[in-house]
Amino acid sequence: MALLETRNLTARYGDFQALFGVGIALDQGETIAVIGANGAGKTTLMRSISGVLANRAEAVLFDGEKIGALAAPDIVARGIAMVPEGRKLFASLSVEENLLIGRYGRAVDGHWSLDTVYELFPILRERRANPGTALSGGQQQMVAIGRALMSNPRVLLCDEISLGLAPVVIKDIYAAFPRIRAAGASIVVVEQDIGQALKVADRVYCMMEGQITLSGAPAALTREAIHAAYFGH
Amino acid sequence: MTSAFDTIIQGILLGGLYALFAAGLSLVFGIMRLVNLAHGDLIVLAAFLILVLVTALGLNPFAAALVAMPLMFIVGWALQFFLLNRTLGADILPPLLVTFGLSIVIQNGLLEVFSADSRRISVGGLESASIALGPINVGVMPLLTLVSAIAVIIGLNQLFYRTSLGRAFRATSDDPVTAGLMGIRPKRIFATATGIAMVVVTIAALYLGTRANFDPTIGPARLIYAFEAVIIGGLGSLWGTLAGGIVIGIAQTFGAAINPEWQILAGHLAFLVVLLVRPRGLFPRAVD
Repeated sequence: MALLETRNLTARYGDFQALFGVGIALDQGETIAVIGANGAGKTTLMRSISGVLANRAEAVLFDGEKIGALAAPDIVARGIAMVPEGRKLFASLSVEENLLIGRYGRAVDGHWSLDTVYELFPILRERRANPGTALSGGQQQMVAIGRALMSNPRVLLCDEISLGLAPVVIKDIYAAFPRIRAAGASIVVVEQDIGQALKVADRVYCMMEGQITLSGAPAALTREAIHAAYFGH
Repeated sequence: MTSAFDTIIQGILLGGLYALFAAGLSLVFGIMRLVNLAHGDLIVLAAFLILVLVTALGLNPFAAALVAMPLMFIVGWALQFFLLNRTLGADILPPLLVTFGLSIVIQNGLLEVFSADSRRISVGGLESASIALGPINVGVMPLLTLVSAIAVIIGLNQLFYRTSLGRAFRATSDDPVTAGLMGIRPKRIFATATGIAMVVVTIAALYLGTRANFDPTIGPARLIYAFEAVIIGGLGSLWGTLAGGIVIGIAQTFGAAINPEWQILAGHLAFLVVLLVRPRGLFPRAVD
């Protein structure tokens, strides 16, 4: 049985339907990537799983439990943490306070603590007293990832973490992923960067216009198939 | 010379009372951008609660205030959770209308129960006690008021900047949706904030009720002073609120020293001058 699964997930913003029966599955210990162009529904999918958008209870299953109708704080408490698109650091909080607040809804003992997050991203220890928003984009992304890790999540959702960052910075950030996996988190990354997604993921889902158009292990997917699933022709 | 100095000291002490009126208002506005027009009436409500505890149970007023604090916390929590949370949103008008209505409800409720008679909470001679600070005599109650105001501001700042709850307050104020992703429930955080504001209101009520007469209709006038203190200090800054209260207090005592009829007017004029010179207040918060 999958650790996290969506079944026939639909979502709409008023009259606009953003998702049409999306089904993805994440196994324990696995990393999956969701790729797709702007407006394909990737962020809506993340917002539905993390409880920002309410849904039917049976549309999202976590560890066999129907969690689709739960609010965000109840989802965090169960061990699904989100790194939101655009990082969304708290401007009134220092770097360290941004990290500490990641434990607010789920203070469980595990691998991740202030010390281990600082080991993962040493630059953050130097900048710990700065306001979160005074950092460079890459450092802010490290804070956002560290903040999510502070709850020792079983599932880490990463929404567009490479957006707006320089390639060398993106490489630095993805270099942390093996250690995040080794600490026990299963990971969902949402990416527009196909190359990055294929490198990091065990399996890839491609979305277009609110539907899954392709899925499989990176090695099994041809360039042409991905191109067709991504752009639709 | 001594008399001018004396006037300043008395003004600072009076400012402590206005800062207490304003601290709860500042706290609630800082966290949820809610302007509570019933704030003054809630102070009067708390004063009547203390009065009832003093007369019915024979408690010392300070002990009665201690008993009233948790009760008022519950009142504030419930008020926010069940009523005011529903008014929060992109539109700033609903909270203003609802708290304006609440102000009228509280005033009339108090009139119904306690009549329009003027009341006072007796502190057994302490109201007329004074101590000499050099050449100046300082009333014990005004001094206690200022000390309480400073203690409240220090306490709220510690809560804000040193505790997990304080981090949650600031995070929710920044971005309630992302706060939810951290496990914070904004509606409960707002309820807790209003509960804490009502504890501060109870402290303000203790000094309001022991230093001067009060009746069910005086809330709105206290709200004006509180507003002016918050605006002079800069929205959302707690130390600024204390400074704002002191500015009004000094202006009022100087006005009164020139002519007793000018006391209230002088405070309002000082407020207008600050608005002209520093429209964002003396200590505006960097992040708005």
